Amino acid sequence: MRALCWTDTGQIAVRQVPDPELRNGHDAIVRVRQSATCGGDLPLLAGRAPYLADGDVLGHEFLGEVVTVGPQVRRHRVGDRVVVSSTVACGSCWQCRSGAPWCCDNGNPAPEASELAYGHPVPGAFGRPTATGGFAGGHAEYVRVPYADVGAYRIPDQVSDDRALFAADAAPAGWLAAELGGVRTGSVVAVWGAGAVGQLTARAAGMLGADRVIVIDPRDDRLRMARRHTDAETIDPRHADVPAELRERTGGRGPDVCVEAVGPAWDGRPRSLADRFTDAAERPPAVRESVHVCRKGGTVVVLGEYAGYVDTFPLGAVGAKGLRVRGVRQHGARHVPTLLERMARDELRTEHLATHRLPLEEGARGYALFRDRRDGCVRAVFSPDLPPAG
Amino acid sequence: MRRSTRLADTTAGALAGLASIRRLTTGRRTGARPPGSWEVVTVDRPPGEVLPGGRWPEPLRRLAPAIQVEIRQAPGGRGTELAARIRPGATLPGLAAHLAGDDPGRVVRTALWQAKQLTETGEVLRADRSRTDRGPAG
Repeated sequence: MRALCWTDTGQIAVRQVPDPELRNGHDAIVRVRQSATCGGDLPLLAGRAPYLADGDVLGHEFLGEVVTVGPQVRRHRVGDRVVVSSTVACGSCWQCRSGAPWCCDNGNPAPEASELAYGHPVPGAFGRPTATGGFAGGHAEYVRVPYADVGAYRIPDQVSDDRALFAADAAPAGWLAAELGGVRTGSVVAVWGAGAVGQLTARAAGMLGADRVIVIDPRDDRLRMARRHTDAETIDPRHADVPAELRERTGGRGPDVCVEAVGPAWDGRPRSLADRFTDAAERPPAVRESVHVCRKGGTVVVLGEYAGYVDTFPLGAVGAKGLRVRGVRQHGARHVPTLLERMARDELRTEHLATHRLPLEEGARGYALFRDRRDGCVRAVFSPDLPPAG
Repeated sequence: MRRSTRLADTTAGALAGLASIRRLTTGRRTGARPPGSWEVVTVDRPPGEVLPGGRWPEPLRRLAPAIQVEIRQAPGGRGTELAARIRPGATLPGLAAHLAGDDPGRVVRTALWQAKQLTETGEVLRADRSRTDRGPAG
């Protein structure tokens, strides 16, 4: 089959790779109809993820059609149109049964690497290196889906592929950020980043009753999109002092909930001399800013996908202001079904985020557009069924 | 009140083992650990399902008789704490010994993770075939 593979630092290419096969009884094979780029892929492209190897298939947001099921699969049949959660979770361990499938104990066949790196094993995810399970990703014609009863969700007939695609990762991530932030009626929420995840966080905050949602981003096109699709106010940091502006808009209190949805967005090039001496540890400006402006006793939610360490984190402000800091990926099994229902009721629309639709063969161009935010690109969506250009 | 089930050790040894478990939960978790250290996982099932009839799950049976195994009830309704360690002076059998290298505890830990997976999900999750073992595209 054809698949978009990481080949070297900054290099990806479509290659012929072997078809996936059933490896466990709970597996299903899905024929991919669409897959999307995500900011979490950019550090991988830049070669910053340990264990990433030449030939690894990328992509963790995808949907398609079930073509094969293992003998233990109960909820799916061949022909089902499904969206697949980016996280591989078993549904049977204490974490899954407690409603935290991102913290699943069993979704990673090689837990040793992440246990050493983080203190505990992290679950598997598609399109990631061995430390995160090593499961091939969705930028391909076919994908093996472990624990398919838990990770794949039948798409309601009234929900289009274009809309359902974002239920794989971006929508549940945004929903979880708003939920962990404790957003409720009357909350004031600030979101750094107007990409797909930032916009869907803003939308989730609005749906949970936030009184004001303020999105911060230096791109005109993304700010326009956020205003149009999320009812959020916006701030352009190129033309405003963000902390001062947020103080003014919140009566001097600061936002109740601050969500960092920017991420490292790393292009692989050291930006300063310090980068060369600190092994390019992250110094996430949006995280720092959100800690400084968040109201006393408020909550800062870090959605950005940082793989390792950060420098110059304002820990003093966390203690002095009594902040809660929450880390987030996404709890697919907890949120995807209800998000699909909201999509079916037209409460949650996401198709506008797919600004560029390309055949799989143009994966490298799509990722370049996405990485550089060129041509108004919010998300590039690949389809193996689209004929290659030319 | 906690219930501790002793399976393959003396009472004194079991108590020493539990002390090791406590140290493990607070100790440094990087790299190889001293020989004889306990490795522990929590299995979200009652003790009778973790070791039904006192039988070890297959991933641990492969390491017998080189290891000791103990279980005890986990706090807060979280199931069973399953602990294993290499018996003092024992050598891991066959392939396990080859894979262990200079860190036999890692083999024990992997077996514990697999035993947990098997008990909780009914299968040991397998990785996708790697590029080296799946061969060229057909």
